[in-house]
Amino acid sequence: MVLYALIAGVLIGLFYGFAALGLSLAFGVLRVVNIAHGDVIVLGSYLAYELSTQAHINPLFAIPIAVPLAVAIGMVFYRFVAPSLGRSKDPEMLSLILFFGVSQVIEALATIGFSVNQDTLLTGPVGNASVQIFGQSFPNYYPVAAAVAVPGALLVMFYLYRSRLGLATRALMSSRADAMLSGIDVGRTSALSFGIALALAASAGALSIYVNGGVSPSQGTDLTTTAFAVVVIGGLGNPAGALAGGLVFGLAEQFAQSYEPNWAGMVPYVLLLAVMLVKPEGLLSRRVRYA
Amino acid sequence: MPERDADASGQRATRARQWRRRGADLAAVLVPTVLFALARTVDSNLLLLVTIMVYVVLAQGVNVIYGFTGYLPFGYVGFFGAGAYGTYIAVAHLGANAVEATVLGGVAAVLVAVVLIPLLRLRGAYFAIASLAAALALSSLVSNPALTSVTNGPYGADLSKVFSAGGSYWMAVVIVAVAMLAVVVLRRSRLGLQLRAVRADQVSAGYAGVNVVAARTGAWLLSALLAGLAGGVYAWSISVFYPTAVFDTTISLFAIVFALFGGVGTVLGPVVGAVVLYYVYNAIGVSDPQYFQLIFGVVIVIIALFLPGGLAAVLVGARRRLALRGGDVR
Repeated sequence: MVLYALIAGVLIGLFYGFAALGLSLAFGVLRVVNIAHGDVIVLGSYLAYELSTQAHINPLFAIPIAVPLAVAIGMVFYRFVAPSLGRSKDPEMLSLILFFGVSQVIEALATIGFSVNQDTLLTGPVGNASVQIFGQSFPNYYPVAAAVAVPGALLVMFYLYRSRLGLATRALMSSRADAMLSGIDVGRTSALSFGIALALAASAGALSIYVNGGVSPSQGTDLTTTAFAVVVIGGLGNPAGALAGGLVFGLAEQFAQSYEPNWAGMVPYVLLLAVMLVKPEGLLSRRVRYA
Repeated sequence: MPERDADASGQRATRARQWRRRGADLAAVLVPTVLFALARTVDSNLLLLVTIMVYVVLAQGVNVIYGFTGYLPFGYVGFFGAGAYGTYIAVAHLGANAVEATVLGGVAAVLVAVVLIPLLRLRGAYFAIASLAAALALSSLVSNPALTSVTNGPYGADLSKVFSAGGSYWMAVVIVAVAMLAVVVLRRSRLGLQLRAVRADQVSAGYAGVNVVAARTGAWLLSALLAGLAGGVYAWSISVFYPTAVFDTTISLFAIVFALFGGVGTVLGPVVGAVVLYYVYNAIGVSDPQYFQLIFGVVIVIIALFLPGGLAAVLVGARRRLALRGGDVR
């Protein structure tokens, strides 16, 4: 049981980390908490569901379709709301309310489009065979989720630490004003970051439909809370922190489910509260938290 | 002596303004209370009226904590659920009558708020989401099968032995009066002034001698008390309920949107917001909740982008423009 919880915790934890990356990026760059993050994950799940049931394509193809779409939508949306946020005395609180509204709109549209019921994919991402890891048997989506999450996170890190735009993005994270003074196009870089953040959320949706046993419009709030917990545990604003936070979260959840199933439901919330109150800068971050 | 005359007339004007203000305050408490007390002669659906009053109180509670401190509680429903379950426990285990139980529901919510005081160290989005996590944890605790002997776990609470449609209705009217009085008094009180100062600039307010932590804690406990009373009277009026019903995060959502729509920081804004929007919800939202949710979401986005002050700000702005047009420049 220990070995099972350990392996499951690591595999699912990597998925959680990936699912939280977008939230971390949007907060790091824009100081915006995207309450609608979980709802974007839900939209990604529905795309995967439709591809699989209507077009009979492997649901993981939702990722290459969702990424350009989400980047484009994110960039346009950011351009649309940026002036109002810029005018506000308290942009962080305003963005909270704004994305709260956006989250309601997405959930309502998803309900209108797909009904309130949960939709489940009957076949796994690579058939229905289970996978043996160290003598423990797992549904094959466990390793698949991890196998998508790790390269996905590496791509984000490559973008941030090895590309010119990534350098500009990191400059924005450390100081918006200084970035502007050094000639960085703050508006464009911010819009692109927001687009990438949405693309990451939508990509995680193609995995979430398996990990969470299906997709329903009302999942969004829980997914946002989970992603926020992961990001807070790992420390906001760096992708490695999000992955590490995901691991802590996944392991805690799996061990609780194995040993105390009655209380397992409380684990994410209690963990989130404990980290926020005891070490608000995150377990793994040495940097001071803003906001 | 012309100078003394000017003085006296100035004093008279001040006194007149004071009386006008007192009259307005009194009206703000009495008018909604009397209207709700009379509402049962117009609309015989008492549960609907109680629900609207419950949302009026919740919106005022959000007004107290968000309007006066800037702390946005996504987990506000936690106090509501604590109130409902406090009432259930008081009836089922302490043998309290319904009125006492409702008051104890308010007390239960305050106790939860006391436990959660450390959350006030967080700010902005951190506070909003931490409060949501706390509410979800509380919901998970109450519905835990291991606590069946106390809360009846996931199997729901039954208050049917104290059910009284008329009794819970009058209790709700009383709680509306309490909520209105609380906001009016808070606005005029020293605490209200301190809270506004803290909201404008925490550091300067601290230097000016305001005990920032104590002031915020006061608003936090008051808003928890209002939600707990609302939860208690709601539990009494529906009499049988499940944890998922009284810890539904939609309740936080409604309370926040009603308050924002009407205008936070005002006395009557949240009342108008709750009554108007809940009637709209009742007309279209019960059969097609998703369309109502869509409208709701759009309203929130519009408020965030274009009308940060809510309905009240629109009305005040319109009055000011009219006054300017009439030549009465203030």
